[in-house]
Amino acid sequence: MSALTFTLKKKNAQRIDMSPLVCNLLTGMTLSDIAAIVLQSGKCKLRVDELFTLDGSDAQNIVIKNSVDNLDFIGKGLDGGSISVVGDVGAYLAFGMNAGEIKVSGNVGLYAACEMKKGYLEVSGNAGDFLGAALPGNKMGMKGGTILIKGNVGERVGDHMRRGNILIEGNAGDYCGSRMTAGTIAVMGQTGRHLGYAMRRGTLLLWNQPTLSASFNDCGAHTLAFLPILFASFKLLNSRFADASMAFNRVQRYAGDMSEMGRGEVLVKL
Amino acid sequence: MIINGVSIDATFAEAFPMKATRAIITAQNEKWALISAQAMTGFATSVIACGCEAGIDRILDPSETPDGRPGVSIMIFAMGGKGLAKQLETRAGQCVLTSPTAALFAGIDGGIRIPLGKNLRYFGDGFQVSKLISGKRYWRIPVMDGEFLAEATTGQVDAIGGGNFLVLAESQPQALAACEVAIEEMRKIPNVIMPFPGGVVRSGSKVGSKYKTLGASTNDAFCPTLKGMTKTELSPEIESVMEIVIDGLTKEDIDKAMRVGMQAVCDLGAMNGIKRISAGNYGGKLGPFHFHLQEIMA
Repeated sequence: MSALTFTLKKKNAQRIDMSPLVCNLLTGMTLSDIAAIVLQSGKCKLRVDELFTLDGSDAQNIVIKNSVDNLDFIGKGLDGGSISVVGDVGAYLAFGMNAGEIKVSGNVGLYAACEMKKGYLEVSGNAGDFLGAALPGNKMGMKGGTILIKGNVGERVGDHMRRGNILIEGNAGDYCGSRMTAGTIAVMGQTGRHLGYAMRRGTLLLWNQPTLSASFNDCGAHTLAFLPILFASFKLLNSRFADASMAFNRVQRYAGDMSEMGRGEVLVKL
Repeated sequence: MIINGVSIDATFAEAFPMKATRAIITAQNEKWALISAQAMTGFATSVIACGCEAGIDRILDPSETPDGRPGVSIMIFAMGGKGLAKQLETRAGQCVLTSPTAALFAGIDGGIRIPLGKNLRYFGDGFQVSKLISGKRYWRIPVMDGEFLAEATTGQVDAIGGGNFLVLAESQPQALAACEVAIEEMRKIPNVIMPFPGGVVRSGSKVGSKYKTLGASTNDAFCPTLKGMTKTELSPEIESVMEIVIDGLTKEDIDKAMRVGMQAVCDLGAMNGIKRISAGNYGGKLGPFHFHLQEIMA
């Protein structure tokens, strides 16, 4: 069976809610059933075949081609299977994802992997603000799984993050790891201002010395035994994180945010 | 059956079901991994009074350990799951948590999960940190030498305890020498431990005693000094008997260990004073697993 492929005919003027097009909702449907699915776009309702050319039949393996930055909610609640996107995507990619794998060749918008529970998300380009965060007003962001971003990310990465790994090969914006409850965010590039703002627990793993606020305290240089195990868990990723020469176990440890619970840590490569 | 002048008795070793677990201790170097492992498996020769039977399974190369440091794999056997979990936790807390540079990992991925570092984390007094890596939970517990890293749980599986054979020799030094070579070979077999001191026990026991409070007492039929006083199993030339007890994960593991052990004893042969190999057979009173010596050596 070939992958179920949606090829966008042309960019729509309004944003499109792509949430009905996930593996678990399309399993067992014929191409004509899928073509008749109605997608919300602003005030309009548009049939799938008005927007996309359809091909293939394997609903567990979805490909979205010619994707653009106003396709929102791709992979929302994905519960197994894989979605591969060629091009950019809009906001709320992998929103509340339960299991499975999503790969994007371009850039992604706001709130990618928002409240993600499990699974794997890989973005070859950049990601917008609030990656792996909670919806505004909610208390729990990402609860599990792994996110790999090969480019840069915006502000508030991992806001209210609860569990899982966010791996960033590029730079991270301001407020990285803000209000984190637990989990790990690793940034190979530079980080912005207010790193770990109000973080309670969790780990920010950095390759470059950040500018830290006064509410982070230096705990000294240490060789930590869990780091080789953490890096070993990345070895199958298609990423610089899998490169053994990027791994380290000697770090400067800063604890914070002391204006909050203060059980979080910023580990900086030495 | 006679091999190299050593008579193999037509009898069987009687073994019983146990619960087992395995843990991996790593440290800065092999010396300190071994020190910790020896402490953790100390005073664990027999369930009769130690609460468990424990031993070093094998030394691990850094490439085989979760954190890439030198390590030692240890196994603990007990009569029940609750007792096993308690022994594991107590020993981990007193012998590995305390041991410089040591870290503790699960040695069995499947089976029923029992706590390894799960409760030891409270030693961290709120400063402990949890990390969930590839589906496994680890606890980082701050200690004075840095951090004690412990995997939260390890696996408990069904196992067999009490596989054994007896080496009957013309003298005490000859019996011990034979047992030493046997243990050396048996330690190469995975999934088994020989829990007694140096792997050898000189005080084999029978079930029951004339004293009501004792469940086990000296195996008088194999005590050479009682040859004229009891219904002995020993011929006049036997002056010393020693036993090797084997606990293993499966019957096949114990079979294999017994075979290499008995073969090593037979290789020394009658010319080195080894006359017979027998086994602790309690007439079916002790357990359902029977290891027939002649079948194993066939």
